[in-house]
Amino acid sequence: MGGNSDMKLIDENGIRIDGRKVDELRPIKIEAGVLKSADGSAYVEIGKNKVLAAVYGPRECHPRHMQNPAKAIVQCKYNMISFSVSDRKRPGPDRRSVEISKLISEAMEYVVFTENYPRTSIDVYIEVLQANAGTRCAGLTAAAVALADAGIPMKDIVPAVAVGKVNDQVVLDLNKEEDNYGQADLPIAMIPRTGEVLLMQMDGHLTQAEFDKALEMGVKACHEIYELQKDALRRRYAIVNGETEEEPKEPAEDVNEEA
Amino acid sequence: MARSIVSEIKRDHIHKLIADGKRVDGRAWDQVREISVQTNVVETAEGSSRVKIGNTEVIVGVKMTVGEPFADTPNKGVLSTNAELIPMASPSFESGPPDENSIELARVVDRGIRESQMIDLEKLCIEPGKKVWINFVDIYVLDFDGNLFDACNLGAVTAIKSAIVPAKANGLGEDYPMPITCTPISVTSVQIENSILVDPTLDEEKVAAARLTVTTDDNGDLRAMQKGLSGALTLEQVKTAIETSRRLGIEIRKLIG
Repeated sequence: MGGNSDMKLIDENGIRIDGRKVDELRPIKIEAGVLKSADGSAYVEIGKNKVLAAVYGPRECHPRHMQNPAKAIVQCKYNMISFSVSDRKRPGPDRRSVEISKLISEAMEYVVFTENYPRTSIDVYIEVLQANAGTRCAGLTAAAVALADAGIPMKDIVPAVAVGKVNDQVVLDLNKEEDNYGQADLPIAMIPRTGEVLLMQMDGHLTQAEFDKALEMGVKACHEIYELQKDALRRRYAIVNGETEEEPKEPAEDVNEEA
Repeated sequence: MARSIVSEIKRDHIHKLIADGKRVDGRAWDQVREISVQTNVVETAEGSSRVKIGNTEVIVGVKMTVGEPFADTPNKGVLSTNAELIPMASPSFESGPPDENSIELARVVDRGIRESQMIDLEKLCIEPGKKVWINFVDIYVLDFDGNLFDACNLGAVTAIKSAIVPAKANGLGEDYPMPITCTPISVTSVQIENSILVDPTLDEEKVAAARLTVTTDDNGDLRAMQKGLSGALTLEQVKTAIETSRRLGIEIRKLIG
C-alpha cells in the first residue's frame, strides 16, 4: 500500500479514474475449456488482468511422500509470466508467488471432494499473462472454473474479488493505480452457497466499520462473479452437447448378428 | 520433445498410414496445420503474440530495457531468447529451471532471429560501449501438440515485429517501431519410415526417427538449421526438408504479412 497519498483517485461525484463507481466491478470475461492438452482449463479477464488456468488430474502424486492414503491433494501453482508486468519479471517462482500458490491450494482443497481420489494429486496451473492488480483473485476465479471443466466433483464454484480503501473510501475491485496508491487491500474468496470464506488477506489500514462495509461489498461482488463462472461452464457444456447430439451411435445391429 | 512412451498400436497405425501415403489427421506430407496469429495480446509487453499451429499454442512477449552492451559488440543491442515449457501445456512438462529441451528450443529460435539479422541491433545502440537496448524474447508454451520449434519461431518473429521501442518511458525521445530487416521462418520436418513429413503432431514426433528444422530468410537463403532426435537422414531427405522449408516459408511469410 502506498499509504495516504495525495493522489486523487475518486472525484467529487464518486467516480474512479477508470470511470467506475465505488461498488462496481471491472468488465469480466470468463471462458471454459480453452486448452486441448489439459483435463480442464479456463481463461479469465478482469479489467486488464488476463489469466489462464489449467487442471491435470487426479493423477499420480509427485513427489510420492506427499501422497495422502485417505484423499487427494490439490497443488496449485500461481505464476506470472515474465512480460505480464511493466518491468520484466525473472521467470520462475519468487516468494510472493509461493505464498499465493499455497493460499489458493488450501482454498481449493476445501471445495474439492478430495476423499474420492486417495493417493492422487490434482494439479492446477495458473499463469498470469497480463497483470493489473487483483491477479490472485482472477487466478482463483479461473482455477475454480478449470476444476469444474475437468469434471472434478466440488462443493461449489469459488469466486474471488479484492476490496480496498482509496481516498478514505471503501472501493471494490482495485485497479493498478488504486492498488499502488490506495490505503488498504482485502482479497476475499468464498463459497457463495454457504457463505464460507476460503481466502482472506489484508494489508493497509481499515476501521471496523470500513471492514464491515468492505466485506459486504465483497460478498455481493462474489455472487456476481459466481453467476459469470456458472454461465461460462453452461456455454462450454452447451457446445459439447450440440456436437454429441449429431452422432448418436447405437449398437443396434449387433443383436441381429447374434441370432 | 519429451520422448514419452507411445503405444504399439498407435505406432503401427501411424506407420501403416504412412506406407499408404497418408497421415493421421489427413494432411499431405508437405502440409502445415492451420496457423493463427494474434499480435499485441499483452499490453505490459513492448511486443507480444499468441500463435496456434493446430493444437499447439504459444505466447511470446518482448520486453526491452536499457543496459550495457557486450564488450565485443559495443555498438549493438542485446538479444536474449528464453523458452519456458510450463506444466500447463502438457502432462509431460514439469516446473523448474529450463531443461535441455527448452534450452535447445530457445537456442534454435534465437539462432534463426540472430543469424538472419532480423533485428537491426546496430540501430538499438544508444551510446556505444555504454548504453544499448536489451531485448528479452520470452516464449511460453501454453498447449503442446508437437512442433514447438516452428510455433515458437513464428511466435517470436511476430512478437518482435509488433514491438515498439519504449524510448519515451526511458527518457530517450519518441517511441519508434522495432528496426526489422527481414522475416526468418523455420519449418520443421520429421523422418518416419523414410518419409519426410512437415509440421509433425505430438504423436508423429513420438514415433519419428529424426527431425530437421530449417530457417530461411526472405530471399529463401538458409539462416539456421538443427537436426534432432537419434535417427539419421539421407542427403536426399535433407534436401527435401530444405526445399519444403523454403517453399512453405514463402507462404507463411505471406500469411503473417
